[in-house]
Amino acid sequence: MLKIRQLQKKRQEEEEEAAKSQSPTPTRDSTPVNKNSKVSAAQLRIQKDITELDLPPSIKLTFPQPSSLFEFDLKLIPNSGYYKNGKFQFKCEINSNFPIEPPKIKCLNKIYHPNIDLQGNICLNILREDWSPVLSLNSIFIGLNFLFLEPNPNDPLNKEAANCLVKDKKQFEKNVNNSMKGGYIDGVYYDRVI
Amino acid sequence: MRDHSSVIPLLKTIGPFNEVADDYNYQSAWDRLSTSKILVIGAGGLGCEILKNLALTGFKNIHVIDMDTIDLSNLNRQFLFRHKDIGKSKSEIAANFIKQRIGEDNINIIPFFGKIQDKSIEFYSQFDLVISGLDSIEARRWINATLVNLSSSNNKIIPLIDGGTEGFRGQSRVIIPSFTSCFECTLDLMSQKITYPVCTIANTPRLPEHCIEWAHLIQWNIEFGSTKKFDADIPQHIQWMYETALNRAKIFKIEGVTKQLTLGVCKNIIPAIASTNSIIAASCCNEAFKLLTDSNPYLNNYMSYSGDYSIYTYTFENNKRSNCSVCGSLPKKIYVESYKTLQQFIEDIKDKQEIQIKNPSISSISGPLYMSSPTELQKITKNNLSKKLNKLISNGDEIVITDVNLPISLRLIVYFTSDEKDPELN
Repeated sequence: MLKIRQLQKKRQEEEEEAAKSQSPTPTRDSTPVNKNSKVSAAQLRIQKDITELDLPPSIKLTFPQPSSLFEFDLKLIPNSGYYKNGKFQFKCEINSNFPIEPPKIKCLNKIYHPNIDLQGNICLNILREDWSPVLSLNSIFIGLNFLFLEPNPNDPLNKEAANCLVKDKKQFEKNVNNSMKGGYIDGVYYDRVI
Repeated sequence: MRDHSSVIPLLKTIGPFNEVADDYNYQSAWDRLSTSKILVIGAGGLGCEILKNLALTGFKNIHVIDMDTIDLSNLNRQFLFRHKDIGKSKSEIAANFIKQRIGEDNINIIPFFGKIQDKSIEFYSQFDLVISGLDSIEARRWINATLVNLSSSNNKIIPLIDGGTEGFRGQSRVIIPSFTSCFECTLDLMSQKITYPVCTIANTPRLPEHCIEWAHLIQWNIEFGSTKKFDADIPQHIQWMYETALNRAKIFKIEGVTKQLTLGVCKNIIPAIASTNSIIAASCCNEAFKLLTDSNPYLNNYMSYSGDYSIYTYTFENNKRSNCSVCGSLPKKIYVESYKTLQQFIEDIKDKQEIQIKNPSISSISGPLYMSSPTELQKITKNNLSKKLNKLISNGDEIVITDVNLPISLRLIVYFTSDEKDPELN
């Protein structure tokens, strides 16, 4: 521990040097810090990500519980593409292991989309296998937005929808329109989102 | 009396690489063995090895924390436990075993059966050194952040030696809070949990794991909805998972779905290798010995070991990350007059030249106080602006300030002064 004490002493001397060159500041005695007053590492990161959000106008976030940044809702209204003007609701949950673990995002509407299944699971690579702590909340929301502008039939979760998109784009467009008004496609009822 | 003949020569000779040769003294180095207080976090695969090594080296004051109980599958490598101990606390049984082996008069070893988060800052500040042998990233982040905070709030430097193993691979590292890189600095380098694309699981399974994940992630919810939560410790749940996955595997002609693999995938189990644990624990305890006695230079600061393709070790210095959210900006103390509202406080902060922020967002442990963006959060939190800061947080609370112009999160510990009245109102 001698080595560490030497390091500490050296740093203290440097700080005192630096303090001397600046104007003197009044010192007060330190009060002990209460134990549970520290902000968690996950919360630090979420706040940073939220402050740095730069979202397209098609995405709105709402916070049903203002006391927590760990849970919020997302509303997506695409301004072009097949899903133009639909109102899609998502729930976003972040756990205390963020950013090691990605946020969990679910679609709350039952919708006709090649990459979203009827339970609301979303097939977006950066939400699972390609998630990395260097990505941010912003990148996920942009990715989600992209999924509605360019549905990807090569990685389907809803196989029928994906097949239709590959075979007959006109029919797919019709199906999307009908489903968004609330109706049956291939015997499955989809929620009204328009 | 115990035999220390193997340790004494190491301490009596001042080695050619001793970095503090002028101040080094045999007697005080020897005394460190009995005076140093060491905390061992985790009494599992690594923990058993670490406790055994420390006790046999001659350290006399050891605390050990573990929240787990002993399981049958632990017994092949966690050698402080016996079949009769199954179901009992790991830390308590490990401490008892060591005490019996070393002799109760020769060692003071205190177990705690619980979570590390349940202990106070004061508890952690009593130690000279912490060694962790944990499998959880969350717990590692917590102890790392706690020790880094102690280094700034109490000016108390407690080295953290972190060991980790995964199959044939492992690492040991020395973290000197605020001096070297911390655990959070290198979080981006952690290997990810193995996951498979949902679309592959849903439509084009190729591996037995895909079938198990299909049962686990998709079918369970369809079958039982969100009301019944899957629990990998309930045998019936695993049985259902196994059968469902097996049926799917048959349809796609995939072989290899077994009950053991099902359990492994659902619980995300990575097989533990006993010898990897002993190698890494040995390295950790060597570093503890060197750090506490100053007999030799300690590891600077990361050693990785790989035993799966022959044997390879590599030692390097992990750099501190300047924008690390834990050690990049150590919390600074700030004194705030009690009459100040959140709005006034924000204006004060903006006036401070060294901080350089224009539109800050502020939160405390209990959640956001004021968020300047997005609009939705700004609307919810703007009511707080007219409230007094000392009504929103208590004395000694930490607040976090972020701003688009700020590459880091600024952390401040707020202390209120007794000025109750705003002089400008008089």
